[in-house]
Amino acid sequence: MDAILFFLFAAIAVVSAINVVVQRHPISSALSLVGVMGSLAVLYLLLGAEFIAAAQMIVYAGAIMVLFVFVIMLLNAGAEKSPRKGWILTAVAMPLLVLFLGMVSYIIQRGFPNAPLVVFGQFTGGSPKDVGMALFTRYLLPFEITSVLILIAIIGAVVLARKEME
Amino acid sequence: MNVDLISILGNFYVLTLIKLGLVAGVLLTALAYLQWIERKVIAHIQLRVGPTRVGPHGLLQPLADTIKLLTKEDLMPSHVNKFFYVLAPMVAVFFALSAIAVIPFGPKINVFGIETYMQLSDLNIGILFLLALSGMGVYGIALAGWSSNNKYSLIGGLRSSAQMISYELPMALAIASPLLLAGSLSLREIAESQAGFMLGFIPRWSIFQMPAPQLMAFVLFMIAGFAETNRIPFDLPEAENELVAGFHTEYSSMKFASFFMAEYANMVTICCLATLLFLGGWYPIVPSPVADYIPTLVHLAGGGMLIFHGLQPARKWDKYTMPVFGVAFLAVGLLFLVPFLQPILLPLFWFISKVGILLFLFIWVRATLPRFRYDQLMHFAWAFMFPVSVVHLFVTAFLVALLK
Repeated sequence: MDAILFFLFAAIAVVSAINVVVQRHPISSALSLVGVMGSLAVLYLLLGAEFIAAAQMIVYAGAIMVLFVFVIMLLNAGAEKSPRKGWILTAVAMPLLVLFLGMVSYIIQRGFPNAPLVVFGQFTGGSPKDVGMALFTRYLLPFEITSVLILIAIIGAVVLARKEME
Repeated sequence: MNVDLISILGNFYVLTLIKLGLVAGVLLTALAYLQWIERKVIAHIQLRVGPTRVGPHGLLQPLADTIKLLTKEDLMPSHVNKFFYVLAPMVAVFFALSAIAVIPFGPKINVFGIETYMQLSDLNIGILFLLALSGMGVYGIALAGWSSNNKYSLIGGLRSSAQMISYELPMALAIASPLLLAGSLSLREIAESQAGFMLGFIPRWSIFQMPAPQLMAFVLFMIAGFAETNRIPFDLPEAENELVAGFHTEYSSMKFASFFMAEYANMVTICCLATLLFLGGWYPIVPSPVADYIPTLVHLAGGGMLIFHGLQPARKWDKYTMPVFGVAFLAVGLLFLVPFLQPILLPLFWFISKVGILLFLFIWVRATLPRFRYDQLMHFAWAFMFPVSVVHLFVTAFLVALLK
């Protein structure tokens, strides 16, 4: 059952991810990205990380992507025209892609040579309590720095968006 | 043979399917009748009579509406984005109806030796699941507005997404404070943490519970709930005197009905959530021996009143219809005295009456309050709701850490 669900949602995630790039219209791309987020949340759920799955849905699919869609609608962005692709572009891109995939698989191979297989539902330590403890004890400094970074971004956005006062 | 039947019924999948059927049937009927109740209540508040033609007191009106909506022509305007135009109502109704899956209606019960919870599934993170669903529900409305390719629809969709994102924040903060008291994210455990009484008579519901009574959070949650469901006074997305009908202007037939159903289902979810978080779920308002007789008394009083009015009919048919409903009420009231049914019916009565009172509040507000202006709506969310809910959360956290 777990394996069937895993392959189903892994397939949905990959197809949606490809769809993000393939689709011409920004709304279609954004919604495909929501599909990726949703299927990733299901994968987290299968591993047993319920809290992280819910946070993924609330934060990424429910808040950030809604803002994306909102902005796309507000700007009334139309379908993109496909740029003319020459055969030179394809000829250069294909070997680069193969090289990149090879590098990724090499790093995984060397970095985690004897990593144990993932077991469905065996992930513990994803409860709200564990996440909170980790955030406020071990990772307190990165957490605070991230908060300050986001605050700076917010202030920057407000300053940029504000009308000039006389 | 008998033992076999019980073991089949006790099977997880079979049991879940049975519960699913029951809950879905009751929910969909309730949604249809909520519409009737809303029209009746608003009519009476405005000194009208509301639907009266179909069936006694218009009681078959929901059925007539359903048939009408099902058989109407399903228009597909030529200028819409077909795929998203069809997808939007499905998204809206899917996420609205899924919410019922994690809501508990009562404690563990024992039917013919099968122990089960009065709930479809008890998630550890039930409350976060509901928040995620409500976040996803925005897509239905936003997509409907955009794909209709109509400026009124688009403005409706934009308004709705901005409004729902803004009010999700104070709503999440208002939810967080009772969670501090309960110490769990599972809706069942949250409700169970509110069982019992303080000093023997004050129920330990979150809105009364020491050390940090959550009355303020309850008010904030309900206000945000009105905004999340796009109800008056926050129904800017479908403001009919500005935007024709807002995001669902171009929709007809079953697609229109889906949006309608989604709105009512969201309303029911918000009321259930408020009941579970703040009003003690299925636990009664007074201690046990008295509480067990209240449902019977309420139904007997209602039945008596109906029969009394049936004897002095104001309208022609009242002398037939009123006594019939009166007798039905009396019979239901007596059911609450059957010891075998009590463990099922009593929690259900308390849960449904609390949800019903909150739903009545929604309807009452709709009949009473005018609509906000859009800048007032945003100002209210960010300049009042948000700071108040943050301060409330801080105070609650402080009190809980200090005294619990």
